[in-house]
Amino acid sequence: MNGLRELVSALAQKHGTRRESLLPILQGIQAHEHYLSDDAMVEVARALDLSTAQVYGTATFYSFLVTRPQGRHVIRLCRTITCVMHGKNQLLKELETLLKVRVGETTADGLFTLLETNCLGQCHQGPAILIDDEPYTRLTPERIRVIVAEYQQKAALESENSGLINS
Amino acid sequence: MAPRHLMRLDLIFKDEHDVAPLVRQTLARGRDDIVNELIASGLKGRGGAGFPTGLKWKLTADAPGDEKYVICNADEGEPGTFKDREILMRVPEKVLAGMAVCAKVIGARQGFIYLRGEYRFLRAQLQQVIDGFHAVLDEAGLPFRIEIFMGSGAYICGEESALFESMEGQRGEPRNKPPYPTQCGFRNAPTVINNVETLAHTYSIFKYGAEKFRDLGVQDSRGSKVFSVSGDTPVPGIYELEFGMTLQRFVEDFGDGDTKAVQVGGASGFCVPRKRFERTIIGYQGKLTGTSLPTGGSMMLFNSSRSMYNVLHNYLEFFVEESCGQCTPCRVGTQQLLRGIEGVKRGELSSATLDALLDLAETMRLTAKCGLGQSVANSFASIVENFREEMIY
Amino acid sequence: MPHTVNCQIDHLSVNIQPGATILEAARSIHIQIPTLCYHSDLCVAGNCRLCMVEQVGADRLLPACATPVTEGMEILTNSQKVRHARKVMLELLMSEHRSDCTHCYKNGRCELQNLASEYLVQDGRFIDLVPFKNYTIDDLSPSIIKDDAKCIRCQRCVRTCAEIQAVSALAVAHKGAEMKISTFFDLPMAEVVCTNCGQCVTHCPTGALVEKNYIDAVWQAMDDDARHVVVQTAPAVRIALGEALGLEPGQIVTGKMVAALRRLGFDSVLDTDFSADLTIIEEGHELLQRLREVIRDKNPQVKLPMTTSCSPGWIKFLEHLYPDLLPHLSTAKSPQQMFGALAKTYYARRIGMDAKNMVSVSVMPCTAKKFEAARPEMCASGFRDVDYVLTTRELAMMIRQAGIDFLSLPDDEFDSIMGQSSGAGVIFGATGGVMEAALRTVYEVVTGREVPFDGLNIVPVRGLEQVKEAALTISSPLPEWGFLDGVTLKTCVVHGLAGAREVMKKVADGSCDYHFIEIMACPGGCLGGGGQPMPVSDHVREMRARAIYRDDAGKAIRKSHENPDVVKLYEDFLKEPLGHLSHQLLHTHYVARKRY
Repeated sequence: MNGLRELVSALAQKHGTRRESLLPILQGIQAHEHYLSDDAMVEVARALDLSTAQVYGTATFYSFLVTRPQGRHVIRLCRTITCVMHGKNQLLKELETLLKVRVGETTADGLFTLLETNCLGQCHQGPAILIDDEPYTRLTPERIRVIVAEYQQKAALESENSGLINS
Repeated sequence: MAPRHLMRLDLIFKDEHDVAPLVRQTLARGRDDIVNELIASGLKGRGGAGFPTGLKWKLTADAPGDEKYVICNADEGEPGTFKDREILMRVPEKVLAGMAVCAKVIGARQGFIYLRGEYRFLRAQLQQVIDGFHAVLDEAGLPFRIEIFMGSGAYICGEESALFESMEGQRGEPRNKPPYPTQCGFRNAPTVINNVETLAHTYSIFKYGAEKFRDLGVQDSRGSKVFSVSGDTPVPGIYELEFGMTLQRFVEDFGDGDTKAVQVGGASGFCVPRKRFERTIIGYQGKLTGTSLPTGGSMMLFNSSRSMYNVLHNYLEFFVEESCGQCTPCRVGTQQLLRGIEGVKRGELSSATLDALLDLAETMRLTAKCGLGQSVANSFASIVENFREEMIY
Repeated sequence: MPHTVNCQIDHLSVNIQPGATILEAARSIHIQIPTLCYHSDLCVAGNCRLCMVEQVGADRLLPACATPVTEGMEILTNSQKVRHARKVMLELLMSEHRSDCTHCYKNGRCELQNLASEYLVQDGRFIDLVPFKNYTIDDLSPSIIKDDAKCIRCQRCVRTCAEIQAVSALAVAHKGAEMKISTFFDLPMAEVVCTNCGQCVTHCPTGALVEKNYIDAVWQAMDDDARHVVVQTAPAVRIALGEALGLEPGQIVTGKMVAALRRLGFDSVLDTDFSADLTIIEEGHELLQRLREVIRDKNPQVKLPMTTSCSPGWIKFLEHLYPDLLPHLSTAKSPQQMFGALAKTYYARRIGMDAKNMVSVSVMPCTAKKFEAARPEMCASGFRDVDYVLTTRELAMMIRQAGIDFLSLPDDEFDSIMGQSSGAGVIFGATGGVMEAALRTVYEVVTGREVPFDGLNIVPVRGLEQVKEAALTISSPLPEWGFLDGVTLKTCVVHGLAGAREVMKKVADGSCDYHFIEIMACPGGCLGGGGQPMPVSDHVREMRARAIYRDDAGKAIRKSHENPDVVKLYEDFLKEPLGHLSHQLLHTHYVARKRY
């Protein structure tokens, strides 16, 4: 909670405390915390002199702002017709099998949340996904396995390293 | 790959290393001179609505107020459109140049690029270009700064007044009009809001002159247009083509030989069936029944293996989710259209339901608060009317 | 710029000031255009799209509420195109709405239902969307029930909570088909900053926001012969009740109301106006005590300005938003709670009744009073002081249920002991009324002379202006109040919590030097309360206020301290203002609540 208060006050310092700063501040919190907790929104409301319902109402308007905990990486799969025409559903099936989750869920290890999203603006090279901010295009089930494995390896390496530091 | 019939222009994507001198040169010109050239060029907004750009700048310049803003609308969310991303990746300085000239014309000190959340990966590179461009402005003596404002995933924020709301920390709900942005936009100040491509075109006009631009295109649709080509095509991608081509020529160049329909203008655009390709011209004037179609540049091709029911269903799901939800016709109407075609497809509702839904779509067009709700009827009517049997069986 | 704009509506010429909307222009020539999201108290939203009209020559329709008329405009409000669009809008709204009208609390008083009936909306052409929605009902608040299945997303409640009250306990959340009116994280209203003021209820066109009603519980109590049911009626009820029973706004129906309450079966029909007078005595003396301690004794512990404490919506607002400022609140209970505490002690003893067999009911213009009565502090009598709180609207419903022809009732009078009131008690119902009543008494206590205003009418504190100020210089006080000689008493009157917030910001940062502030949560004061008949507008509030001041002017006794029932209460029971019993029964304390 104290960490949150500091985070919000740092963001408020950077972006200002007018209503206009609301989106950049929420984006900043999400970048840091992966989602907007009720505590975080309370802090934002306090900093900007808004009601919590106003903060909540604004946050829930935007699909990239989420009010439930998410995995460390968010996979957003484009569901526009052109991506569907080029194999989006096969890709989705592969991801669901691979990660053992359905759309909207987070993997047991907390590494990935799988979501569908509207047009990513990669229609000429579909099917496309975003992993966090990074676009991946012209995907096939084979390629997505490789990409997911890379993220998993990186995460394993990181936790090993932090384990070494801790021990 | 080059199209066979249509001339690929590549004015916008032409590598040009003279942005700084051109900006200096253009900024040295008189405001009226600049606006008049823009008006003479016949340039219209490339976001899809097609408002004359020169007039927009002039109205904003003439509007009373000390605070004015230039906003570049890079909330490219229309399904099937990706040209703005490409422009911002490859020739961002041309867009910035357009913004700077506009700032000079209207007297703005601050400009923003509203970049959609899906394009966050462009941000760092774009910021670098902006930083470099600010030095050019300082040299030219123009007190103008450009900031990036990040969107967060909401199609409706591409609607200009919803975009202002979003920048003001609100839900992206479109405002009542009038007043229009030229009088009352961001922070209630007179604001020019232009699409990425529109701003890039102004650069070409300042560089090559209005006449060159005007020579391209037909009647009320002048110049070139960047098209985002996707779907059943062997050559998907970005193409800058002259306005005024027939859809037949387009399909000959971009189709896979089996094209049964082209969706012009994305989910909010029109679906043109094969039998109308010859009669349909890509331009601003008129409607589906006429001869020309407006577009933000999204061209989705569908061949005969595709179910137009699935296409429409996909668009309607998109609208049900991306409607801001404030006005009745759009919030409820989109749900009714979606559930309605589902019911007809499952055989639970009679095929006559489609006529009632067409009537609903028309009522939405007449009553919805903003372009989103009004344009749902475009794709709905053009798909249902032309592919009625696919909706039923 | 021309002074007026000329246009045509339905082929009739209209001449109106520039900037006027099509809706205003149409109304000015008595053409009605149906509306739902529009409310004269609120900013224009233009989202229900019911008021669409046709402009000759234009393709798309225009929202009459949001479109300014322009010179030469030709408008049609009843063309085929318009009628069709209106009907479609209504049918769309109803497809998202649980239309179980006969089971609905708002049945017969619902704007959506009225329009559906007017436009003959029958079994719709659209799919019922309700089964696809996870609609929930929040009935955890003692004051307000929120039923999302009845909501048409007009956002009147959201605008009310933001614009009139500056609370924003309700906001619009999510988008598209999921868009809904929500509290923070959709928590129950009882768990958020909601003040229970009920302004959202009086502004809701449907049954989505209604008061929690206690009608059946009250019938049950009256049916029980072993119970003695006492009822009190607030000052603002008698000038508004008639509206819910077929009268124009601004009628005083005190006598008929009393007669109706007796017919309904209440055993004692008493008057909150009596305890309003009592409140003035207690609160007035508390003010004087604070002035003495601050001005004469220089006691830094004592806070000025003192603010009134009769409005439970205002109290909960302060508890949530400015808990640090709670010491500014008068400790005097509201008239309802003073009455409740005395009903089961003093009154019970006077009529020889065991308090445990008594049921205490109040009729209030207010939904927050339901919450107030349920506060754990409000059991000074050893029992719950007020058992059930009915709104003006609920009373009107009971009168109809009982088959009483209200308009033909003979006038009747309140029972004795706690039934008499002064004009000062009456004006509690209007913004500025508590201030005026307090000044009438305080000035006289301090100087021994009547307050120096013509006819005791302290006009500067009257009216619907959001913030009013008045100053009164005290000269030649009685010896006991010598320290007040030459002191200018500075007062402020605010109604609506948006105004209260502005004033309390000034109190917090010390940028105002008021001694006494009257704050009422609702616009117009209690006469515009969240429990009053609908519809409400500035015009209706104005009519009610006039009735209140008429009532006051017609009273033989105009000052609280001259109310004979109050005088007798002090002689026989309380002994003195702020005395031991007063503290036990008539004063309270407050709790700090979470702001978020």
